[in-house]
Amino acid sequence: MLIKTNANGFHHTASSEITPLSAYQSRRDLMKLMATGAAGAAMASWASREAMAQSVDKPGKLAALAGGKSAVAGAVTMEKITDYKDATTYNNFYEFGTDKADPGKNAHTLVTKPWSVAIEGMVKQPKSYTLEDLIKLSPQEERIYRLRCVEGWSMVIPWVGYSLSELIKKVEPLSSAKYVEFVTLADPKTMPFVGSRVLEWPYVEALRMDEAMHPLALLSFGMYGEVLPNQNGAPVRMVLPWKYGFKSGKSIVKIRFTDKEPKTAWNKAAASEYGFYSNVNPNVDHPRWSQASERRIGEDGLFAKKRKTLMFNGYEAQVGQLYAGMDLKKNF
Amino acid sequence: MHPSAKVVLFALCMLPISWLIYRVASNGAGANPQEYLIRATGDWTLRFICIVLAVTPLRTISNTPQLARFRRMLGLFVYFYVVIHLLSYSWFDMGFDVADIAKDIAKRPFILVGFLGFLLLTPLAATSFNKAIKAMGAKRWQLLHKLVYVISGLGLLHFFWMRAGKNNFAEVFVYAAIIAALLGWRVRQYLIKKKSAAQTIQARAAT
Repeated sequence: MLIKTNANGFHHTASSEITPLSAYQSRRDLMKLMATGAAGAAMASWASREAMAQSVDKPGKLAALAGGKSAVAGAVTMEKITDYKDATTYNNFYEFGTDKADPGKNAHTLVTKPWSVAIEGMVKQPKSYTLEDLIKLSPQEERIYRLRCVEGWSMVIPWVGYSLSELIKKVEPLSSAKYVEFVTLADPKTMPFVGSRVLEWPYVEALRMDEAMHPLALLSFGMYGEVLPNQNGAPVRMVLPWKYGFKSGKSIVKIRFTDKEPKTAWNKAAASEYGFYSNVNPNVDHPRWSQASERRIGEDGLFAKKRKTLMFNGYEAQVGQLYAGMDLKKNF
Repeated sequence: MHPSAKVVLFALCMLPISWLIYRVASNGAGANPQEYLIRATGDWTLRFICIVLAVTPLRTISNTPQLARFRRMLGLFVYFYVVIHLLSYSWFDMGFDVADIAKDIAKRPFILVGFLGFLLLTPLAATSFNKAIKAMGAKRWQLLHKLVYVISGLGLLHFFWMRAGKNNFAEVFVYAAIIAALLGWRVRQYLIKKKSAAQTIQARAAT
């Protein structure tokens, strides 16, 4: 849910957010009915809350985590948001199984309290943050991002978090630090598939420093106005909307600053298929399939044609300059 | 065997596709119903290959020659499911764009192998009636239908390659073990036959 105050200034409403007249009228009628006392006081308060609801409906499953409006360019796409059910039952989180339904079924064993994230390596302020401190480090914002999986499907997800750059500024990396490495939890006791031969554990991801400092690079604690569900990387994960989904590490326990390009999980498993950058790029195919198009989960009908994939997943205007002059066919 | 056995078997063979359609129609197929349909029809093609290859061993071991009359229908159901598998892929993944499909077949070895399996299966399905057997002669017809062994190998390779990306071979090995056992039984039968034939010749020579 977007919390809007006068300080945010005038906010353009997307046409998709405008309630159809018929729905408005029937809601009015319902509320009139309730106000007359026919439905009781409890229902009346529910009705008034419903009337205020904005584009993102809270699923009401987990603790609320509200995000304010973001001033970052490209932070809020107006595309239709993927159903919460699809976003929480169709996941790649191999620590809980390789089938996309597995994380939703198995991730309940993940223990997210207590949780801390260690900041290590080439920084002036190495420190272990408790999750509570990390959440409070900077104001939470709502970011509605496209998510493009390397497998050729996509979603639109309303994340809650803040730019990773806020944390990086606080911990003051040394000028020699060129890369940021994200180490995620690998606990065989709570993650049944840690130890499977698919990947090396723990799952490690990394960014170049300028990528990590980009305001769109989100350190996320929630989605759909609530804290992250376990299967989506609770309690804290990265979200990098211009890169394939696997670049966004889940359930992060360590952020390390280094001067050497870190070895990342999928790159170690198959270097010819998954490059360090892994930016969404319709012109560079995966060796085993085309990346020119994608299926938007839950949106198009069964027989709809796949939609064209956009350069940098549609974030070219914001992130394109990070890769100026680079041969993206070589640095895939 | 009861005369209605064939009808019952036909209905049983239609159950998987009915179930799949029901799941998709009732929104029970998950977030990506297209992928669900493509994968499930592929699974059922492999399962029907196992079932049809099991008919002859089952017939011989249980001494139930009546089972032979179900083999053709089961074989045709392999083709039925592979056609739906291919149609689902062509439609849901490729939007029936022939140029895209051709590119995809050339690009992805596992698609190529699967497509090859389908191509080889087509003449088998097309000669599944008595007139074809008569016209071809039983010997040649049988030889043609031995292609099913090649096809099951291609099907397995297709599945293996598809799962290679996630190093997830448990299911592949189950199908491979079943098919290997069914083929191994045939090899054993062949060797026993050869041995007994040789013994007969020896016995004749001795008298």
